[in-house]
Amino acid sequence: MTDIISTVDWSRWQFALTACYHWLFVPLTLGLSVIVAVMESIYLKKGRPDKWLKLTKFWMSLFAINFVCGIATGIILEFEFGTNWSNYSWFVGDIFGAPLAIEGLFAFFLEATFVVVMLFGWKRVSPGFHLTATWLTAIGTSLSALWILVANAWMQYPVGMESNPDTMRNEMSDFWAVALSPVAMNKFFHTVMSGWALSGCFVLGVSGWLAAFGKRCDMAVPSMKVGGWVGLVGIILTMAAGHGSILQVSKSQPMKFASLEGVWKGSTNAELTAFGLVNPAKKLNNTENPFIFKVGAPGVLSWATRGSSDAFIPGIEDIIAGRDIIDGKEVNTVSYAERILRGKLALQALADYGETHSDEALQTLRENYEFFGYGYYDNPAELIPPVGMTYYAYHIMVAGGMYMLLILAGGLLLAYYRPDTINKKWWAAAAMLALVVSWIVSQSGWVCAEVGRQPWVIQNLMPTRAAISAVSPEGVKTTFWAFAVVFTTLLAAEISIMINKIRQVARK
Amino acid sequence: MITYFQNYWWFLISVLGAALVSLLFVQGGQTLLPSLKHKEDKRLAINALGRKWELTYTTLVVFGAGFFASFPLFYSTSFGGAWALWMLILFSFVIQAASYEFRRKRGNLYGTGFYDFLLLINGAFGCILLGVAVGTMIFGAEFTIDKVNITRIGSPVISTWANPWNGLEAIADWRCLLLGLAILFLARMNGALFLMQSTDGGSAYFGRLRRRAMTSGIIFVPLIVLFLGVVLTSPTYVSTPDGIVCRPYGYLANYTSLWWAGVALLAGVVAVLFALMGTIVNKHRPLHYGFLLAGGGTMLVVMSLFWVMGYANTSFFPSLTDPQSSLTIANSSSSLFTLRAMTWVSAVLPVVIGYIAYVWHRMGSKPITDSDLSSEGEY
Repeated sequence: MTDIISTVDWSRWQFALTACYHWLFVPLTLGLSVIVAVMESIYLKKGRPDKWLKLTKFWMSLFAINFVCGIATGIILEFEFGTNWSNYSWFVGDIFGAPLAIEGLFAFFLEATFVVVMLFGWKRVSPGFHLTATWLTAIGTSLSALWILVANAWMQYPVGMESNPDTMRNEMSDFWAVALSPVAMNKFFHTVMSGWALSGCFVLGVSGWLAAFGKRCDMAVPSMKVGGWVGLVGIILTMAAGHGSILQVSKSQPMKFASLEGVWKGSTNAELTAFGLVNPAKKLNNTENPFIFKVGAPGVLSWATRGSSDAFIPGIEDIIAGRDIIDGKEVNTVSYAERILRGKLALQALADYGETHSDEALQTLRENYEFFGYGYYDNPAELIPPVGMTYYAYHIMVAGGMYMLLILAGGLLLAYYRPDTINKKWWAAAAMLALVVSWIVSQSGWVCAEVGRQPWVIQNLMPTRAAISAVSPEGVKTTFWAFAVVFTTLLAAEISIMINKIRQVARK
Repeated sequence: MITYFQNYWWFLISVLGAALVSLLFVQGGQTLLPSLKHKEDKRLAINALGRKWELTYTTLVVFGAGFFASFPLFYSTSFGGAWALWMLILFSFVIQAASYEFRRKRGNLYGTGFYDFLLLINGAFGCILLGVAVGTMIFGAEFTIDKVNITRIGSPVISTWANPWNGLEAIADWRCLLLGLAILFLARMNGALFLMQSTDGGSAYFGRLRRRAMTSGIIFVPLIVLFLGVVLTSPTYVSTPDGIVCRPYGYLANYTSLWWAGVALLAGVVAVLFALMGTIVNKHRPLHYGFLLAGGGTMLVVMSLFWVMGYANTSFFPSLTDPQSSLTIANSSSSLFTLRAMTWVSAVLPVVIGYIAYVWHRMGSKPITDSDLSSEGEY
């Protein structure tokens, strides 16, 4: 058992490491591909002036440097489902494998084929064909994001499936319910648009440096206009989709929602904390205050989530007790103690069915299957995600997003109305800070999504600890460190090459 | 009904696997780079290969994803069991991705030689290890599957490897290694043929590539003959109403009963040999469509192998520890619903193949020369 827990922990660390590194590169790919495509479109539209060609090629070269690192880390993520989470791969492979295969078929080939034309086809294909290839590369990256986010959303909100006790797994019963689940759609827009916003900040940050230290306002101003617009559209839509997303979380993953907001005890007129210091001593059912200090607005959480400041927002303790109040009426949402009990019944029934194929076992399984995953636990406290980490990640994401909005809007205004100011060092510093902040925001978003749903790998059905492969902890430790070295080596080289490339342009 | 879809998806897996082995010409080409003494020759070759590596990479990913979607029990058992072997394969591919893009960029921190070394590692180990992994599907591996484990809270893993080596033991199995080496030398030959056709670096450069193609081809032929001999004399595990049983000379029997697989094998071997002979005979210019012929032949050979591995109730992943745990396309597939849905999705394949072919043609209509390498962004 100790070995299993250790393997689970190291496998989680490894997956988190790979995902975090992958997500350093992917958002920039998502947004920069669009920015480059817009620039190339302007280049053709304006009768091919040299200035826009140079701009397009400059940002395209940064895109290419980043793109390959995304590919390198991406392959690991896909295969890790098999290598480190083999039980998961069987238990829901019938559903989860499909979006991954579709991603490969629809998106990866599109990207892999047309990115070559985009990077090397300037003299080999017509300008129109080249532009088409650039747009198809951008579309390919977003299509890829769509299907991987469909897969991720399904883990958080499993729909369109039914369990098959004969094969001891879950099977797809409605493809469109999986592909078009509202959680998936929100996740897609939130994530892809956040890539646009991050890329906008990247362009603004680099342009700010080019203008202030490289004396290249000629490049910086048009870049800021294109990057700023893409980024601004991105951040506004990210916020809109993010709001939709958090409303869905409040309904389908209330424990995650309570953890993100740091709400232990439910109340009406619930307070939205703008900032707080989480009290690590607060545990389930002890009397500690959840916060050491906090600044918040009473009633806003109730109003924003359930449409009225009088609405009740359940806290972690209410959810575990199975208590909620909707429209003034107390509602039983099934206590965690009962869920654990029924989960154990479901587990036993599946084991019995495996041996006897009896109707009785099948009926018990069917009656209790929705709580199947809870059967792996004995204590409700184990079913609470790390509150501090999720709370901070969520609030950093929101605050950082505000800063990005400010810089993107400000950058656009400067580029259009005060281009003479963009070579000031204060602006360069603010824009470069936004570049750094955008990555922190982006990573924080995934921490919210993935840490917040713990201990589930599939909400309510499969805990992370039951999803693993039979691999020794030492083995996973070894690969964890090996990946850490390889990815860090790649990242260091990428950053160094990018800085050199930007400096080269400044020197010209 | 489900049998039809299982067979169809096994066919698609065979196509993807075959495409992957054919596209390993990129890896084969990478192993030729150290033998290209002149800087210009090497640069020309790297730039030609560098425009294709993503296709190989993508095909590997789609091959894996295709297996995941259609035969998830294989995905979970092989990847989760032969974990160490697959990790080595992944490492060998990860290091390739950035090497082309970074190798000549200013500020790459580690120097061009470092990235070229990574390309060599990927080229050699990628081919050999993939061959070894496929070898476990033919000659079997030590694993057991017990689905009831999912209900055991303390040890819920259903697929377990029966030795502590987690797949590394297959590298020491000479039959698996033989397949790995055969794939490496085939990839080298195909890589040389590709470079002869897609680059123009003068007669000395052409001569060097031609010699590499011939040497690799001449080494490949006895390796593949020996490998096929071993396969045809090996037993298979076959699913019967009484369970899974061992069947001596099973692959030979399958080639006899599935005659079209035998025809594909013969046609593939002839195509590869024709490309090799054509290269030996044509001393001053590449054989017209030589690369295409060798690549097509490779595809046919690999597809025929997959067919005899999976069709006719044969286990495509035999368990040497517990034959009843062996995987067949019937007991490891996704549900009928998923296979059917994915079949609709697969209708897009002709479009994908079409645009890849079109772009390949447009980008490769003229061989790459030194003058193409002057613009910014070349490798």
